[in-house]
Parts: sequence; structure tokens; C-alpha cells
Amino acid sequence: MNRLTFKLEKRLTPSPVMVFIIPLISVLLALLLGGIFLVLTGENPLDVYSLMFVDSLGSKYGLTETMVKAIPLMLTSLGVSLAFKMKLWNIGAEGQLYMGAMAASWLPLTMPSLPAYIMLPGMLILGMIAGGLWALLTAIPRAIWKVNEIITTLMLNYVAILWVDYLVYGPWKDPNGSNFPISASFSEAARLPGLGDSRIHAGLFFALGLAVLLAVVFKYSRWGYSINVIGSSERAARYAGMNIKRNILLVMFLSGAISGMAGMAEVSGIIGKLQHGISPGYGYTAIIVAWLSKLNPVAILIVSVLFGALQVGGYAVQVEGIPAAVATMLQGAILFFVLGGEIFTNYRLKLIRQKGEELSK
Amino acid sequence: MSIQEFLIPLLAASVIAGTPILYAALGELITERAGIINLGVEGIMLVGAVSGFMMAVTSGNPWYGLLASMLAGGALALIHAFLTITLRANQVVSGLALTIFGTGLSGYLGKEYIGIPVPKPFEVIPLGPLGDIPFIGPILFQHDALVYISYILVVAIWYFMFHTRPGLNLRALGENPAAMDALGLNVFYLRYIYVVVGGALGGIGGAYLSLAYAPSWLENMTAGRGWIAVALVIFALWNPWRALMGAYLFGGIDALGFRLQVLGIQMSPFFLKMLPYLFTVLILVFVVARQKGRLTAPGALGLSYDREER
Repeated sequence: MNRLTFKLEKRLTPSPVMVFIIPLISVLLALLLGGIFLVLTGENPLDVYSLMFVDSLGSKYGLTETMVKAIPLMLTSLGVSLAFKMKLWNIGAEGQLYMGAMAASWLPLTMPSLPAYIMLPGMLILGMIAGGLWALLTAIPRAIWKVNEIITTLMLNYVAILWVDYLVYGPWKDPNGSNFPISASFSEAARLPGLGDSRIHAGLFFALGLAVLLAVVFKYSRWGYSINVIGSSERAARYAGMNIKRNILLVMFLSGAISGMAGMAEVSGIIGKLQHGISPGYGYTAIIVAWLSKLNPVAILIVSVLFGALQVGGYAVQVEGIPAAVATMLQGAILFFVLGGEIFTNYRLKLIRQKGEELSK
Repeated sequence: MSIQEFLIPLLAASVIAGTPILYAALGELITERAGIINLGVEGIMLVGAVSGFMMAVTSGNPWYGLLASMLAGGALALIHAFLTITLRANQVVSGLALTIFGTGLSGYLGKEYIGIPVPKPFEVIPLGPLGDIPFIGPILFQHDALVYISYILVVAIWYFMFHTRPGLNLRALGENPAAMDALGLNVFYLRYIYVVVGGALGGIGGAYLSLAYAPSWLENMTAGRGWIAVALVIFALWNPWRALMGAYLFGGIDALGFRLQVLGIQMSPFFLKMLPYLFTVLILVFVVARQKGRLTAPGALGLSYDREER
């Protein structure tokens, strides 16, 4: 009596084919699952998806909006991916973005008459420092006592958002504005230039430049290599004499600074003021983008555009009375499938024929 | 106003505000004792809150709502179990995915239910003579049924974990799954059970918010309580009694916010809302620092179990 069974065999190196195919299949399966869910709740999934697709990628306006959403996703994803490389679970990109936006806004709100060549670099530096310091707050207890950074970074997201709310509802509220929680508008010198006359702004070049920089650092530099080593085995890194604590502080600071840059780019490039709810959760989506991209900076740029489109599509279906939360749900589902699929990247599925006598052993 | 007039309502409110966190923390505690970290508590609570609310509104019976929230929480936890136990996926990322998915799912399902009242929320039932005990009575025994159930649950989980054979096995499951496997216990099956039970408790935590605490449904109404529950498990050093204390402490911070103004302390409402989050960070740092890095976390926590690698 023979029986067929499956066995998982560990691959020595991850399958290069699977690395590409899994994310693709995952997106399709997530859409399929979402589709079943839409049918169950009485919607027509084809209508919903085609609306999402057409509105985000099917017109010049849609594509522009997709890119506008992709820019902060690129930056925050690059930020968290840097920390993830070292297995530092910085899930505080959302808060770091808010703190970056807040600090960057301070300059045009207090010194509105500065010329652009001082204003813009100043805002960028302030935003990065604020985002970096906000992350550093959690890195210090992580480095000294190994305090779980997942919880601390996440808790500080709430604090940062409330802090910005406090400012725009209180001391920074535009005295000449109506009663909305928004600051005064920035001067023209504090606005990042756009591409042509579109809403796509120079923040795109921050992201592109940063992605190239990170790719080069990780491929060629000694420091990039040591970050990878610490990420894969802290013990090996310690024996090799690498300073783990210092790198925790440095990497978290840089990771936060990049998200702070995203905040600066949002207020300077898009909104032109500080206000309540400047991010619809870019910092959380960034976690998915980073993981889906296998922390590869160039892949992050591409995946961010896809998720930007998903975000725009989510808003589009809202007009039809379908909650935008459907986009968040799809994001979570995509990550589920990617995670589940990773077993095919790391293991080989083997079909084995077992003989009857072996079974009875 | 006498000190009693201020203190008794504050402490009673701490118990109520702490109860949803307590349920979620007990669920996470069981899950982590079995060796699995579930960072999806926030998402599980949200889906528990919305599904419990929907069922209570449709059926008119909060107990059916409670049942629905347990099923929903358990079902979400089952996804996590499948990914991390069977497919050996990264537990941190799977949990984060669960939170994001749960946030989206609850927002989607609950859209039509925002602003609707529950026909019959869980109501206060004073516990007879116990409720009449001075000081303690009004603080502990003049609440709704779910609060009383949570007391029983803490005792039951403590007794189960430290005084029964399967409880010993649960603790060993998180310390040394290979040894459990060698003893002939089915590590995979047991871990599935505890992760799903943990999720069901998280679902109750959510339902407590939408059916007793609020009682109404609002998008993202958990406001980080799921994460506070995860932090609480560390604070509790994986012990249900400490989880109870911790939950009421956090409940107290939550409840204190409203009452500071009564004392004549003027503070921006935004700063008051920050308190529980800041407190979580500070207390976590304090507790972990005091343990000097030798935290008594379950030894195999967060590692997937692969029979061939033991």
C-alpha cells in the first residue's frame, strides 16, 4: 500500500524565481479574496475593481494622484526598510512623519520671509532631525535594556499625532482662518517646486536619490555590510567586533529621519500648511511595502506606486458608497499571502511516496 | 468633595476602563505562553468590537454579540496560527498584517453601524451583598456581567497555568517545544488551540468596548488598546494576576484624564489623551530596565517550530 505525502525541504538559498512570482500571485489572490468578500456584502467586485483601476491608473489625473501618494510611501518605506534590515522593528514611521512635518512647518510659520534657498533646506533639515530624534527616543531604551521597540515606536505614533493636533487646534491655528484645525499657509518660498504644473513635487527626487544611495550603501559599503550582518546574526556581529548599540541608535535615527523627510515633503510639496490628519496611514502601509519589496530600495519605488494606486482607488470607490477601508483590507490581505507564500521561497515542496511498511513503523 | 467621593468613582471607572485591556491581555498572555507572539491584537479587538456590535444590534441580545466577537476574534487568530505555525512565517510581520487587515475589515463592515445605539447593552448588575461592602463594593462589585466574568477568568487562567497538568504543558510549550514534542504532545495542534483561544479573548475585549464601555461603534475605537495589551503582557511578566493589576492601572490613567478637571487641574484634552500612550512607554522601559535584560519571557517566544531543526 503506497501513500503520497508532502514534505517540506529547506532550500539552501531562496529560490530566485519565487522571490518575483510570490508577490505577484499574492496580489492576485488578495484581489480574489477581496472579490469574494465584496460579493458576500452585495457588491459587484468587477465594478469596484475597475473603478479603482481606472481612477488610479487610467487617466493623467489619476496617475498624478497615484504618484502624489506614492512619494510619501516611497520615503517612509525606505525609512522602515533601513531599520528592518537590522531586524529593528520600527513601526513608528507614521509618528516620525508627523514630527518631521511639524518641525518643518515651524520654520515658515515663524520666519515666513526667508528666501527659498534657506527656507527649503532648513525645513528639510529640521524635518529630518525631528523624525530622527522621535525614533531615537525608542532606540535608546532598545539599545540599553532591549525594550521592545515595536510597542514603543507604535505608542509614540499616537503621541505625535496628538501633538500635531494640539498645535493646529491651539497655538498654531491660523488666526485669520475659519475655525478649522489648520495652520496659516506657508509662503511661496516654503513650497517644494512641482513637476511642470502638476501636483507631483520635488519630493520624488528625494525618494529616487535616497533609493539609489541606499542601494549603493548596502551593496558596496562596509557599514551597509555590517548592518546586514547584525540583522542576520547579532552574535556573529558581536564576535566580529561590530558596535551593535551604536548601530541601533544610528540606524533608528536615520530611519526616523527619512520618515521625517516624508513629512516635510508632504507639508511643503502638497499641503502648504500644517493640518490635522496629514497622513492617511502612510507609515503603516510602508511596513507592507517594505516587506513586499524584500527591503530592496529599487523594488520599494515600484511597489510604492502600486500601493499609491490602491490608496487612490480606495478613495475612488468611496464615491460609490463603498468604504475606503476596502483598500486597507486589501493591503493586509496582500501581506498575508506574501507571508504565506514565503514558504515556497525558503522551502521546496517534495512529493514522496511512502511504502505501507514505512507508514506502520 | 471628600477624598472618598473622588476616589471611589475613579477606582470603579479604572476597573471598567481596564476590562477591555484585561481581556485582550489575557488572550495575548496565553498565546505568548504557547510560544507565539500575536501583534494582531489591535485588529482582533476592532473586528471583535464591530462583529459583536452588529450581532447585538441585529439580534437584540448582547450575549449573541459576545459570541460573535469571540468567533470573529478566533477566526482572525486562526489566520495568524496558520501563517506562523504551519507556514512558519515571521510572527512579527504576520501580526502586523493582521492588525492592518482587521482595521480595514472592521472599518468596512461597520460603516453602516456608526452612530446607531445598541438596543440592549451589557447593564450594571450589583452583586447583592458584595456590592454593599463599603469602599470595595462600589469599586469591584457594581459592574456589568463581563467584568465579573473577567475576575473568574483571571483566577481560572492562573489556576490552569500553575496548578494543572495541561497548564504545565502550556508553559513548557513556550519554553521548549522540542521537549514537548519528544514527550509525544502535538506541538502544532496545541499552539493552534492557544492562539485561537487568545484571539477569542481579544474579540471579547473589543466587544466590551462596543457593547458595554461606549456602548456604540466608531471606526478605530480601540485607539491603541490592543497594543497597550501587548505591552501589558510584558509588564505582567506573563502572569495573569499582574495582568489584572496592570490593566486597572492603565484603566486608571484613562479614567483619571476626565477627572483632572474636577480637581481644578487645567490641561489640554490632547495632552490628556496622550497619557495612556506615554505611560505605556514609560512603564515598559521601567519594568524591562529593572529586569536588567533578563526578562522572564517564554524561552521559545517568537520562534517557529520546525521538527527537523530541533
